[in-house]
Amino acid sequence: MIKHLLSIDQLVPDQIDLIMRTADSLREVGTRTIKKVPALRGRTVCNLFFEPSTRTRISFELAAKRLSADVVTFTADAKTSVSKGESFRDTAQTLQAMGVDAIVIRHSSSGAPVLLSKWVDASVINAGDGLHEHPTQALLDLYSIRERFGSFEGLRVGIVGDVVHSRVARSNVKALAKMGAIVTLVGPPTLMPPAVETWGVEVTTDLDEVLPKLDVAYLLRVQTERMNEKLFPTAREYAALWGLDRRRVAMMKPEGLIMHPGPMNRGVEIASNVADLERSIITNQVTNGISVRSALLYLMLGDTAVSDEDSEEDIDG
Amino acid sequence: MDRVLFKGARLIDPASRTDETADVLVVDGLVQDVGKKLTSSDAEIIDCDGAVIAPGLVDPHVHLREPGREDEETVASGSAAAACGGFTAICAMPNTDPVCDNATVAEKIASRGRAAGLVEVLPAGAITKGLLGEELASIGEMTVSSARVRLFTDDGRGVQDSRLLRRAMEYIKGFDAVCAEHCEEETLSHAGQMNEGEFSSMLGLKGIPSEAEEIALARDLALAHLTGVKFHALHVSTAGAVELIRAAKARGARVTAEVTPHHLVLTDAELVGYDTNYKVNPPLRSSADVEALRVGLADGTIDAIATDHAPHSSEEKETEFEQAPPGMLGLETSLAVVLTEIVGAGVITLPEMVERMSTGPSRVLGLGGHGGPVTPGEPANLVVFDPQGQWTVDPSRFASLSANSPWIGRKLKGAVLHTVFQGRLTLRDGELMQGALV
Repeated sequence: MIKHLLSIDQLVPDQIDLIMRTADSLREVGTRTIKKVPALRGRTVCNLFFEPSTRTRISFELAAKRLSADVVTFTADAKTSVSKGESFRDTAQTLQAMGVDAIVIRHSSSGAPVLLSKWVDASVINAGDGLHEHPTQALLDLYSIRERFGSFEGLRVGIVGDVVHSRVARSNVKALAKMGAIVTLVGPPTLMPPAVETWGVEVTTDLDEVLPKLDVAYLLRVQTERMNEKLFPTAREYAALWGLDRRRVAMMKPEGLIMHPGPMNRGVEIASNVADLERSIITNQVTNGISVRSALLYLMLGDTAVSDEDSEEDIDG
Repeated sequence: MDRVLFKGARLIDPASRTDETADVLVVDGLVQDVGKKLTSSDAEIIDCDGAVIAPGLVDPHVHLREPGREDEETVASGSAAAACGGFTAICAMPNTDPVCDNATVAEKIASRGRAAGLVEVLPAGAITKGLLGEELASIGEMTVSSARVRLFTDDGRGVQDSRLLRRAMEYIKGFDAVCAEHCEEETLSHAGQMNEGEFSSMLGLKGIPSEAEEIALARDLALAHLTGVKFHALHVSTAGAVELIRAAKARGARVTAEVTPHHLVLTDAELVGYDTNYKVNPPLRSSADVEALRVGLADGTIDAIATDHAPHSSEEKETEFEQAPPGMLGLETSLAVVLTEIVGAGVITLPEMVERMSTGPSRVLGLGGHGGPVTPGEPANLVVFDPQGQWTVDPSRFASLSANSPWIGRKLKGAVLHTVFQGRLTLRDGELMQGALV
């Protein structure tokens, strides 16, 4: 397996497959009364969160604890940390001196995990960096899709909404394309990334036109601050043109899935009564997140981490 | 040591249209004689066989960080870096702390330059007080001060207010000085970290579109036309900007332009990996922009190569990409980078390189005594370099107090052997002569 997970770019399809299969085995642990196996006993995982995130932090914490790893959490607002005078580099050196085995980092600045990986010996796992990537979110999304469809080849996935500001979208576009899915980005032109033609995806503003073809409608969170940046006129107009409501759900294929990385803005990108439909697998994504992150930690830190027969390519970031 | 005879070099002197093997005799600060097989019984003879002798390099755009950030660079350390790079004159941007927006600061910087005695240090003055873009700096006082400021700019930023810039241009024109702009329309470049395009999109870094530079440049050219000021475009970085300059020159406008070695060689693809040493403003652009800059350099649209030497401490640079200040060193690598990547690639010839790095920038600054001609009676400001000399960029050898160079570890071709400032060797066999004038 790889030493660090900084970007989906580092993974080849076989490695993604291996993560999925390992997650299958580990999922069962979560259903036991004693939800723990000793695979990472004696290993230390540090959750280094420079940006508030309850969901991802808890998910990684549970994932590591299920494998019996020791987990420490360091939360600091990137801005507070800077004002206190301790630089990112100093924080990294402190953790290096403490000798942790893995650092799970969430940071508001794109590329922060890449820098961290140059400064420490520990494995670095990107838990979301700025507008760049959120690779474990993409892996758990793949896992959730695979759970319903079995494979990815030829699946049509629409990623709807604020793509330009979404690290989830960047990781998912890469991961889905690697696994053979066909991705369409849908949303207001002002929320599409620059040079989107280099992304190798289809792009449209017309959700109604594309929705009947989709196997998965993946809705991105519309952040309140984007509304203040005047990237689109009003939340109401957004909901009218790109929000998924019951009328639009009726246009979807019967087996079409609805996904969302959370947290949701009910009434903006997703209608409240849509979020709770059976085809909406948003809570499954959360559950699967723990198994997938466990699998990743196991493959990166466990005894088999280096010698696993399925990972022939060792791609380092 | 008052008499030195440089023997056997190829003399490249665009100002006298000379490119031939010639000896140069320097006596008491002046070029005394130029010719074949010169002899002198009492001069020290320096054998320059295989080397090029040329007018000393002139850099119209450096940041010396004094006053304010003397941990990053001082006038003296920047002068030393310049001498090591083959320069004999440098123009220091005014974004110091306090800002060089008055005669006192300008005279201080100039006097520090004279005290270091390694190159001519020309302070540039701010256009607006505190670089805030709100009211005019003491432009007239700076021009008539002993610092004799001849170039005004708010570099680091452009003047956003068009009415204020118009007034500034009219005022600067009255003193026959140069108005130089960092062209950036800030409402468009807002929060940008790198060039907008394929790579910013992939890296999740906010982009600065080329148009942010081109809109500002187009406005500046229009105002320069309106006011008749001598206008200089700093660090041109886009294909569209080259086109705007070319069109303005075709109309006969009094406009000059510079480009940095890094914009001529590096692209935004270098940002993959988030190495903050590649973060500059204007940002590294696309390969199409690099190509257009090279064409503009070759056809004379661009008058000068300027380093935009911008020292930053490692604390400032070893941080999150968005937190890191833009800027990279340039003085000690400029000649070799240009020789290796630009002359080496056949973009311009060796004589054209001397023109763009010495004669051209002297003309931009209206600077006498530099940029040639290398003829009897002229001040002896010279560089001797070996165009074939190979070396590897090593920060421990930098005279600069900082080390934020993307060229570290690169093998370059082109080594400065000697630099002569006002007739004295400031660099000899690649070694700095400390206190050469003092």
